Amino acid sequence: MNKTPILELRGITKQFPGVLANDNIDLTLYQGEIHALLGENGAGKSTLMNILYGLYEPTRGEILVDGKRLALGSPSDAIAAGIGMVHQHFMLVPPFTVTENVILGNEETGAAGRLNTRTAAKQITEISQRYNLEVDPYAIVGDLPVGVQQRVEIIKLLYRNADILIFDEPTAVLTPQEADELVAIMRELVAQGKSIIFITHKLREVLEVADRITVIRRGRMIGSTTPAEADQNKLAEMMVGRAVHLELDKGKATPGETVLAVENLTVNNELAQTAVDDVSFVLREGEVLGLAGVQGNGQTELVEAITGLRRVVRGTITVAGQKATNQSPRKITEMGTAHIPEDRQKHGLVLSYGIDDNLILNTYYQAPFSRAGQRQAQAIQQNAEVLVEKFDVRTPNATAAASTLSGGNQQKVIIARELNRPIKLLIANQPTRGVDVGSIEFIHSQILAQRQAGTAVLLASTELDEILQLSDRIAVMYSGKIMAIVDANKTSKEALGLLMAGVSE
Amino acid sequence: MNKTNRLITIIVTVILVAIVAAYLWDARSTVAVLSSTLRQSTPLVLGALCGLLCERSGVINIGIEGQMLFGAFIGFLANVYTGNLIMAIVAALLAGALSGLLLAYMSVSLKMDQIIAGTVLNILALGVTGYFYQQGLTTQGKLPTVPLGPLADLPLVGPVLFSNPPITYATLLLVMVVHYVLFYTRWGLRTRAVGEKPRAADTLGINVYKVRYWNVIIGGMLAGLAGGFLTLEAVGTFERNMTNGRGFIALAVLIFGKWTPFGAWGGALLFGFAIAAQTQLQLSGAVDIPHQFIGMLPYVLTILVLAGFIGRSRPPAASGIPYEK
Ligand SMILES: Nc1ncnc2c1ncn2[C@@H]1O[C@H](COP(=O)(O)OP(=O)(O)OP(=O)(O)O)[C@@H](O)[C@H]1O
Ligand SMILES: [Mg+2]
Repeated sequence: MNKTPILELRGITKQFPGVLANDNIDLTLYQGEIHALLGENGAGKSTLMNILYGLYEPTRGEILVDGKRLALGSPSDAIAAGIGMVHQHFMLVPPFTVTENVILGNEETGAAGRLNTRTAAKQITEISQRYNLEVDPYAIVGDLPVGVQQRVEIIKLLYRNADILIFDEPTAVLTPQEADELVAIMRELVAQGKSIIFITHKLREVLEVADRITVIRRGRMIGSTTPAEADQNKLAEMMVGRAVHLELDKGKATPGETVLAVENLTVNNELAQTAVDDVSFVLREGEVLGLAGVQGNGQTELVEAITGLRRVVRGTITVAGQKATNQSPRKITEMGTAHIPEDRQKHGLVLSYGIDDNLILNTYYQAPFSRAGQRQAQAIQQNAEVLVEKFDVRTPNATAAASTLSGGNQQKVIIARELNRPIKLLIANQPTRGVDVGSIEFIHSQILAQRQAGTAVLLASTELDEILQLSDRIAVMYSGKIMAIVDANKTSKEALGLLMAGVSE
Repeated sequence: MNKTNRLITIIVTVILVAIVAAYLWDARSTVAVLSSTLRQSTPLVLGALCGLLCERSGVINIGIEGQMLFGAFIGFLANVYTGNLIMAIVAALLAGALSGLLLAYMSVSLKMDQIIAGTVLNILALGVTGYFYQQGLTTQGKLPTVPLGPLADLPLVGPVLFSNPPITYATLLLVMVVHYVLFYTRWGLRTRAVGEKPRAADTLGINVYKVRYWNVIIGGMLAGLAGGFLTLEAVGTFERNMTNGRGFIALAVLIFGKWTPFGAWGGALLFGFAIAAQTQLQLSGAVDIPHQFIGMLPYVLTILVLAGFIGRSRPPAASGIPYEK
């Protein structure tokens, strides 16, 4: 790594209405390094990167690329200066092909203004071979798994010859395998002379791949360090400002009555193929059942069937003694089920609504939020203020639209809504995706508190660490079937990994 | 995709066979019905192409009716006062463009509810044209039929396809041009991106507002031309509210065509055929049904087709949603 700064941010300040998202931040990126940017949810990381990429105009500050001042506030100028960004929420056009997505904004045309799709596709194939980013240039992006969509995002940058690559939480939506592949890709990219700014909440990844680490907290720069000098606990402390307990002591489970009984359940996916294949299990009061598996092995469909979002083809689901098979989501919710959905923006929130209304999405029609069919503004606001405080949602006020929250804070709103009523069954699907270490600690402790209080918890996660930490028993899904249900104390990551790959002893 | 292609091939083949059979059976009526189909479909195609450009870029346009009416009226006035048909067409195009500019300003810049913006256009057009229209204005004639040399002498296709007035030819050409532009050029790629996911386009340095403005303005020109067709090519004079719902039928045609130019063209032909067949049936007196029922044919057909035949179709994802930077 040589020591020429390729990028310098100086005194970047960004004021949103009511929020100082960036406060006089300096950041230097050297040629050929991977620079990790750490910080809590809402610390201002995405804002800083959006400023660098020209999507937001800073209130103050300047940016130098290769020693030259960058015109601010326009992505075109940033792109021309060799800056590229993989956004926290993908910026792909779903019905377009990979090639169309890649060339968009940078199209080459031939006679009669015709797009040179074929040449571009060839270039894409070249890039994908050179950097190990396998993808079919003619595939429709909306049909691709997230891991591949992300490759398309990376190819977009490389196609534009970007030298400075910004990755905003690229691993949050990936399976551990895909995340490992991404890390390898990032190494390959710096080896070929690119420089990378890498945002993540996974401290393990940071220590594994970063050359330098910068931490910001509440919009301010806290300090820089290197993996050699730091460990997970130190980084967590720098981010949150206090010691964080990364290990949990969860105590012994005391399972009681059966809350959820699933018998011979078969569910189809969108393409009418069997996604959940004759699955049976029971879940009792006061225990956590982990649902492990590589993404796309039926966990999503299983959770959707239990929560009433997907039709059951065969089999039965019983919640607290009542028949929940093919009941409406509201009925199932009223049986005492809480659901933290996998995709918070699609199924968890109404982004254009305020936090207050999002907090009553499944209780709005009940007292005290509704009386005689009328919305009770005061009760709703009070509820919101209490929950925002209790769940530490970082926001200027409780009526701000959910869309203005940082990703992790959006997640906290959902968790606040679901856990703040009397429940018997908690279905949590990827509850800590994109959430910072401090909040993970908080969410985990909330889940365990539910278990202590006698709630039955079904926890689906692609993070094996999370599953192992929280579960009492672990069910491993492979290709629509439950391979095995094992005791969490008597298994290992390796053993689970084998089951997830479909290998049973 | 392949299945739809096969289906389309089958449908087109059946229609062609039916046309040839009908021609062999009664050449004169067949030619009359087909020519009339083409003429009736022309303003619908143009209106649908207008809606297509708007919606593909993310702006819902229910003001096509009003834009047509503007085009029809201004084109007519230009014809009255200049006596020059070329100038009259240009005037119709300009009127459409201006109405597009107004729509774009309301829905893109002011971020108004787009249904209301379109309604404003419709009401405005009806009021303004009705108010300024005086009876008794006369014109120096309308656009003539231009036979395309020896092509016009071919049996069946000659009189139907190659012996038409200019706006009808232009419309056939425009269907192909819009298809090409939309799916094979930079402009089209950006337009579709902006209509599907404007934020993605924005992050790539594409000016979402500009793309929407231009598409809505050019769409407006097409609607203006549709109006020009009515006053300058079909009727030769103006009447109050002479568009008579064609702008709304064009919207149905657009949905029927699943937001594609050729699909919309097919839809417009179907509707045009229903009108033509209805007229022919009434004129010939071949069947003994009250004419009100025959007159219902086009509308019943639209309902049937829209309700049952086409299956699910999906508008561009960002259509109707103002873009906030
Ligand atoms: N468009 C906006 N309008 C108003 N406030 C905003 C806007 N975008 C971000 N904010 C606020 O700025 C702060 C920083 O948000 P930002 O998205 O940069 O956080 P982050 O560090 O990326 O967090 P996360 O790890 O959760 O993604 C937050 O308090 C957020 O609510
Ligand atoms: Mg962020």
